[in-house]
Amino acid sequence: MNINNHVLATQPGPAEKALVELRDVHLAFGDTEVLKGIDLFVKSGQVVSIIGPSGSGKSTVLRCMTGLVRPQQGYIRIGDTLVHKLHREREFSALRAHVGFVFQQYNLFPHLTVLQNLILSPVRVLGLSKAEATERAHALLSKVHMEQRVAAYPGELSGGQQQRVAIARALAMQPELVLFDEVTSALDPEMVGEVLNVIRDLVHEGMTCVLVTHEMRFAEEVSDRIYFTEAGRIVEHGSPDMIFQKPQNPRTAAFLRRSLGRDVDTESRFGSVCVETEIKAE
Amino acid sequence: MNNAWFTHSAVCYTLCAALLAAGLLSVATSWPEATSLLILWMPTLLSGLWVNIQISLVAMVLGTLLGLVLGGFSISPVRPFRSMVNVYVQFFRNAPALVLIYFCAYVFPFELYFAGHTFPFPDWVKVVIGLGLPASAQVAEIFRGAVQSIPATQWEAAQSLALSRIQTLRFIILPQCLRRMLPPWMNVYTAITMSTSLVSLVGVNDVVLTAGIASNSAGRTDFTILSYTALVVLFFLYCYPISRLTRVLEKRYEYK
Repeated sequence: MNINNHVLATQPGPAEKALVELRDVHLAFGDTEVLKGIDLFVKSGQVVSIIGPSGSGKSTVLRCMTGLVRPQQGYIRIGDTLVHKLHREREFSALRAHVGFVFQQYNLFPHLTVLQNLILSPVRVLGLSKAEATERAHALLSKVHMEQRVAAYPGELSGGQQQRVAIARALAMQPELVLFDEVTSALDPEMVGEVLNVIRDLVHEGMTCVLVTHEMRFAEEVSDRIYFTEAGRIVEHGSPDMIFQKPQNPRTAAFLRRSLGRDVDTESRFGSVCVETEIKAE
Repeated sequence: MNNAWFTHSAVCYTLCAALLAAGLLSVATSWPEATSLLILWMPTLLSGLWVNIQISLVAMVLGTLLGLVLGGFSISPVRPFRSMVNVYVQFFRNAPALVLIYFCAYVFPFELYFAGHTFPFPDWVKVVIGLGLPASAQVAEIFRGAVQSIPATQWEAAQSLALSRIQTLRFIILPQCLRRMLPPWMNVYTAITMSTSLVSLVGVNDVVLTAGIASNSAGRTDFTILSYTALVVLFFLYCYPISRLTRVLEKRYEYK
């Protein structure tokens, strides 16, 4: 893990300005260590993508941020909230009111219409009037191009439509930060684009986003920083250019090669033999 | 599906009607007196059945209210609450209905003394308790099962929208549970209605006791057969539509 430390050491200390700060987060489910010391920073207005092989703990990192899972060890701060110190339901609630979460499986409420899905929390948690919340919901639904389906139930919508509603639902709380957990992984390929377009619009508006994604080209396009995780550790992080064009770590290169089918420029640094060995070693 | 439903129901009702018709026909030709006796006793039998229906309804209300309270405890984050409900549920689900009816009939006093007044404690109230207690165990279990059948992702989504646990239950979980609970809840009701046939054993004047009195006073085998046939048909006519409706609802929620 010298590599890990080395990469961290080369980064200018962004912690003091960061909106999100994770330091040395360790988490295990029973005997399975899922996170083995995660450090991650997100500045306000930034888009940060977490990439890496399945089961490397990417989604768990997001879940730690809003307290859906509790790490055994580590420091997690969002804004002024020290998430690792929270215990009370009201404290978590106050945090989550500012942090949107979009799930892989959309998780819309199937017994409520699209509109009801969007206004429930603004009315019950933020205390908006029904009229205000409805107005806000309509605006958001037209932003995600779902204004036609206000009265539909989630079961009547396609996966892509449901996910766009789920994004609108998260935005209805007017969060400072939105976490996207593999939001296109459950979608049919032809629906991925419509959801990515919505996220792209959001990014252009300056929303702070953390994306866990398998859409490498999209991550490269929209992100300010990319974190590459493997086996519960941050192997490497940096600008999209750095990660995608000149990865420092042979594992990153091997992963990108497999998932992009693209020739990544690593030979000059490590030599092809070294990379081959890395792949075989897995 | 509606068509199949109709066909199935139609077949069942036709069979039942044919059976009844055959019985009545044979009786009408060979035992005309028995038939006229049955017609004579029918209003009394029906008022007996009304007693069964009343007992089943009150027992169901009691069982449902108590069961929902217990069910609430059974999903509590506090472990001792869950354990206590679990013991209760296991106890009553494994107790025979007739034993509970006898138990309640004898364990409760004939009269209650409260604040210097005497209140009667009628038998029908005792059997309502005897039927309501096991029903409450069933309802508690149905409730717990329904809440747990809602995917954990619904809780996560609600939490992520900053809803509290109580709000999540009220707006997200319970509305989805109610639909799922309806069919098994109706099954419990049908089972209770059938069990009300046992209350005659502790002296409640229900349809079974009425049929017994009728048979004894007539003293004719053909009439006895006829009156119990009538009982089977009466229970069927009351319970079958309910269980059909349950099946329809089950199917509907399956496809949701």
